[in-house]
Amino acid sequence: MTVEEILFYAMSTVLVGAAVAVITVRNPVHAALALVLAFFATAFHWVMLEAEFLGILLVLVYVGAVMVLFLFVVMMLDINVARMREGFARFLPVGLVVAVGMMGLMAMVVGAGVFRIPGPERAAADHSNTAALGHLLYTEYVYPFEIAAVILLVAIIAAIVLTLRRRPGTLHLDPGRQARVRRNERVRMVKMHSEKQ
Amino acid sequence: MNLHLPDFAPVLPELTVMLMACAILVIDLFLPQERRHITYGLTQFTLLGGVALILVLATPDPRITFGGSYVADPLSDLLKSAVLLISAVVFLYARPYLQARELYKGEFYVLGLFGVLGMMVMISAHSLLTLYLGLELLALSLYALVAFNRDASAASESAMKYFVLGSIASGMLLYGMSLLYGITGSLNLTGVAAGIVAGLTSPDLNLALVFALAFVVVGIGFKLGAVPFHMWIPDVYHGAPTPVALFISAAPKIAGFAIAIRLLVDGLAPLQESWSGMLLVLAVLSLAIGNVVAIAQTNIKRMFAYSTIAHIGFVVMGLMVGNEQGYAAGMFYVLVYALMSAGGFGMIMLLSRKGFEADNLEDFKGLNDRSPWFAFVMLLLMFSMAGIPPTVGFYAKLAVLQSVIQADLIWLALFAVILSVIGAFYYLRVVKFMYFDKPVDDAPLTGSGDFNVVLSLNGLAMIALGLFPGVLMSLTAAVR
Amino acid sequence: MQISAKITLLLTPLLLAVAYTTFAERKIIGYMQIRIGPNRVGPRGFLQPIADALKLLTKEVIVPTNANRYLFLTAPVLAIAPSLAAWAVVPFDDGMAIADINAGLLYILALTSLGVYGIIVAGWASNSRYALLGSLRSAAQIISYEIAMGFALVGVIMAAGSLNLGEIVEAQRGSVYHWFLLPLLPLFLVYFISGVAETNRAPFDVAEGESEIVAGFHVEYSGMAFAVFFLAEYANMILISALTALLFLGGWLSPLEGLLPQAAFALPVIGWVLDGGIHWFLAKTAFFLFLFLWFRATFPRYRYDQIMRLGWKVLIPVTIVWLFLEGVAVAFGLGPWFA
Repeated sequence: MTVEEILFYAMSTVLVGAAVAVITVRNPVHAALALVLAFFATAFHWVMLEAEFLGILLVLVYVGAVMVLFLFVVMMLDINVARMREGFARFLPVGLVVAVGMMGLMAMVVGAGVFRIPGPERAAADHSNTAALGHLLYTEYVYPFEIAAVILLVAIIAAIVLTLRRRPGTLHLDPGRQARVRRNERVRMVKMHSEKQ
Repeated sequence: MNLHLPDFAPVLPELTVMLMACAILVIDLFLPQERRHITYGLTQFTLLGGVALILVLATPDPRITFGGSYVADPLSDLLKSAVLLISAVVFLYARPYLQARELYKGEFYVLGLFGVLGMMVMISAHSLLTLYLGLELLALSLYALVAFNRDASAASESAMKYFVLGSIASGMLLYGMSLLYGITGSLNLTGVAAGIVAGLTSPDLNLALVFALAFVVVGIGFKLGAVPFHMWIPDVYHGAPTPVALFISAAPKIAGFAIAIRLLVDGLAPLQESWSGMLLVLAVLSLAIGNVVAIAQTNIKRMFAYSTIAHIGFVVMGLMVGNEQGYAAGMFYVLVYALMSAGGFGMIMLLSRKGFEADNLEDFKGLNDRSPWFAFVMLLLMFSMAGIPPTVGFYAKLAVLQSVIQADLIWLALFAVILSVIGAFYYLRVVKFMYFDKPVDDAPLTGSGDFNVVLSLNGLAMIALGLFPGVLMSLTAAVR
Repeated sequence: MQISAKITLLLTPLLLAVAYTTFAERKIIGYMQIRIGPNRVGPRGFLQPIADALKLLTKEVIVPTNANRYLFLTAPVLAIAPSLAAWAVVPFDDGMAIADINAGLLYILALTSLGVYGIIVAGWASNSRYALLGSLRSAAQIISYEIAMGFALVGVIMAAGSLNLGEIVEAQRGSVYHWFLLPLLPLFLVYFISGVAETNRAPFDVAEGESEIVAGFHVEYSGMAFAVFFLAEYANMILISALTALLFLGGWLSPLEGLLPQAAFALPVIGWVLDGGIHWFLAKTAFFLFLFLWFRATFPRYRYDQIMRLGWKVLIPVTIVWLFLEGVAVAFGLGPWFA
């Protein structure tokens, strides 16, 4: 075995192990951390495939940002693990049958020689796939690229529409409004005669 | 650096809708509530302007650009115009409802426009990638719109169901697409078709292709709402605010039909024998379950949901036939269906008012006493949905049945006729409620001028198109 | 092996620098507050960091009751590993880097974004409310500032046309006016502010917030485990300073280049000092490191909501606007920077 093959199998073992851990460990925080590990192993595979830009991006976006927020939420939620496992045990037989069936089908159908995309040729050491990717994204694939951008915009709008609400009666202070207050809005000058003893 | 820029001219309609949606998003931010009608006006302007642009740019031969990921042909011109027009009608119907319920916000229009953009992208897709992205853009906008009324728990629940099921379906579709890409080595639909033709010779590949096809059909079936992938429709129609249910029920079905044509006919034509069989099952089940279960509904939105499923059965039947005549019939049906559905939900919104949803069948009782004219409009819509001549619904069903009979599937045609007759029962029950029962509720109907005019036109279109079905039919036959 | 020699050559001075940064911090802040600072251990207190390290080494690491022992002890490692690994691509002089990779900037960005795991995991595994609060604050803060930081870096990438740190420095060659500091001034400010926030330093140190939540995420840590968090924080500070020097101040390039006549650089010893080299890079890094310490002595801590507002409503819009302007400048080849 070459070094690359050893690395490949080692990282694949980590990847599969982490992926199994994501769905089997009891603690949701541990599951999220296992998912992080799985992303790492995937990024490693991508880098081995000479897609180093995508590999690093996977770490940057998924590990560095998405999973952090994920952990953030998981830590805030008080997830009742026992109740979740109840369903897990109940649906396990059905799930297993479906999973094994699907795997069997896939193994049967997607055998060797079905995929006919030729493997890419090994690029020169100084080849920058970042530049190549950028070039393609902004010319030939600019249409799907822009649609993807619009999808993200819609996701932002949707999230804000569904969560932003101004509750009446909160004690929120607006410093700008406080600073703009004029004297005659707050104080009323009253002329009155001193009361006689 | 020398960038070879692709041809941007054919995508001008999409570009316009996108830029206008962004502009409306920003403009709306600075509008006070009492000037929200500017947002509405701009939205309508965008939709109608889009139609105008499409008509101006239309040419008989297809224009493919962006490395083969976009196509504008007569089919896309017709379907995109239909989507834009139907959406304009939907926004018009939705306005009074939203105003009465403090849902009259700019985001409704922005999300709606992005949904429309998603449909346009789907219709013009010429690669697996754009097709999927358009689908996701539409779906994401719809999820948010269903949950738009945040304080209604039914809406949130149905949005959640829709989201979970929709994601699973998208995953299925994506899985099928990835297999297709792996087998054919192309994302481009023409390339996919060529790759399949080349691959059909080997039995190994044949099996893998059918495997991929199954996933693709499941995905399409879900998006169209064909049985057994229909579970989301009744809950979403029921839970969503009525304008959103209207939006979902009308134009997205046209887009769903378009992706079925693009994927199955343009991309997977060599596998037609395989997918015809799958669609046959979907069509038969949809007709049976849609028509039978609709009888048991007391909520009119749920009834429309099952009626949608039954109509989709007809559309799928047209696709299943697998020749030009069948596609044209299916397209005619889906266009007519969108029009009928818009009218039906428009009637619900006409009857509803602040604090009252009018979504029970009982609420239609004695409509004739309250407003003979709108009872008549509803009568036309119901007749058309049931397929009673001379309304256009009859011709739609007839066209599909003709194509089925010509394909020597007499038993299927008979089955469809029998179930349509069963289905006529629940449509006619509405008519009976309107004309022969006493009103339970005698509040005056509140519709503004434009709402009433368009709703009346919508109803009259049923009979007008029914008297002259050739106009639309020749259009659908010409583009296919 | 050669590579391990390189790594040792990098890490030993780095860790020494970290140790003496703590000393410098105490001294500098001391003088700013008209105190003397540590002056008892060794001449003028110069052995103070060694004494501190020895003290921490001999202390017991206490794992709190019901804490998640395994994660509790992993967290410091998670914090320090990325902050040391990021140094692999930092060039000290032309070509003087452990790994000169194409996507170097991206690699650094990815690794610095991982440091937050140490903090989050520490806060969660400690089974303490203060610690959890600190880690939640830190997670939200780091995510928010990472966006501004990334956008600022996009500006640098656009100007340099490369992701390789060496090439980015070379793109600033010419004279002091060619440094990206001038054309990208707003991005420079955004980058450095975000850098301070990313390292959880004052005035953005709400994750520690000793006056509000005792010590935030590391309240339960003691002994060497605590020291490792400290090391990570200071290594990150030095990293951000070094990156700012590389990206905006021309790294190892001399500020006198292009100002003095060529003959000046040919002089025996003076020429070497005047010409670009590692000493300029270290001097620039030291300057930014000093800024870190100065900020701590001068600014009061931001309130949490103010941090969020600054990140999302000020820094991000500034970067977006400047990226647009820069795009126009690049398209028209505005000299001398984008020509």
